[in-house]
Amino acid sequence: MTGATTPMAPPLRTKELPLAEATAVAEHEAPETETHDGDHGDGDDHGHGSTTGISNNKLMMWVFLGSECLLFGALISTYMLYKERNEDFAANLAPFSEDGRNIGPRFGGADGHGVFDIPFTSASSFILLCSSLTMVLALSAIQRSDYYRFKIWTAATAALGATFIAGQIYEFTEFYEKGLGYSTNIFGSAFYTLTGFHGVHVSIGILMLVALLIMHRQGRLNSDKSETVEIVGLYWHFVDIVWILIFTIVYLFPQ
Amino acid sequence: MATATDQAPVESHDDHDAHHPSDWEYIKIAIILAILTAIEVGMFFLEESVAAVWLYLGLTVLMIIKFFMVVAYFMHLKYDTPWFRRIFVAGLVLAIGVYAIFFFAFDYFGLG
Repeated sequence: MTGATTPMAPPLRTKELPLAEATAVAEHEAPETETHDGDHGDGDDHGHGSTTGISNNKLMMWVFLGSECLLFGALISTYMLYKERNEDFAANLAPFSEDGRNIGPRFGGADGHGVFDIPFTSASSFILLCSSLTMVLALSAIQRSDYYRFKIWTAATAALGATFIAGQIYEFTEFYEKGLGYSTNIFGSAFYTLTGFHGVHVSIGILMLVALLIMHRQGRLNSDKSETVEIVGLYWHFVDIVWILIFTIVYLFPQ
Repeated sequence: MATATDQAPVESHDDHDAHHPSDWEYIKIAIILAILTAIEVGMFFLEESVAAVWLYLGLTVLMIIKFFMVVAYFMHLKYDTPWFRRIFVAGLVLAIGVYAIFFFAFDYFGLG
């Protein structure tokens, strides 16, 4: 095969290609210490070798987070609708027929009124907010090869996340004792499903943070691979922004 | 003719560094977020004395500001390639559109 018969790709020209800016940023994302020794097979491509010039791993995470907007949008919308219906239908529908059979969704009964402990949940929210700060400080530390601070901030993020989860378990226990169970009414079902899903996401995030620490301990995570930390960070911050919405809509909006 | 891609990464490199927040800036952003959260919690306790519509409005505005501050600064969407922003905004707009239809379908706003 000769060069004359092989079609050659035209050189990239920034003004004609919308991805040129992305290419420029992706080029920056590769640390200056990177050796370009072909070590891109383990997932940290930093945009090199991808047809778009954008890191495939980060792109995948952003697509995932975009789809998560739909998941949490569904849960928040369902909560809002069921909360409204729980109040509207409380006086009109009985959950059981005369012979005691469950004939449909339950309305009325315990809900957010007098059950939520706003000062406690505010403290939990503050803890999760702090964890976002420690996460971004961990990323900043590994990007400048400050591994000591990276370990401290990552461990702090995991610890703050675990504290948030412990608070949520305590809170759920309190709510249950006050009469708000998962199947008490449609409000309880929607509330526990929404906050429970968020709690599961935080728990997965904690596992990811612990995995980062283990990878670093094994020598498989350094400043050249900081994009891995950035991707975990994106997930963690997303969990934080979802809680920003849940905290306001579920706890703070007037009951 | 020299292609733009020969020069763009170098220019963008400096530009990117110049705008990337420092640790202290991250701390300042976190302090602002904490203050906004404190204002939100304070508004909750005004339920008795302020009309519900104003509480809804104020809390929603604060929630949106906090949301976009985390997305822009902590998630670096302000500094990263516009493609990530477009992907995330697409998911967000799709979710808002779908669930707006959901609310109207169930007459959540009592318009029917």
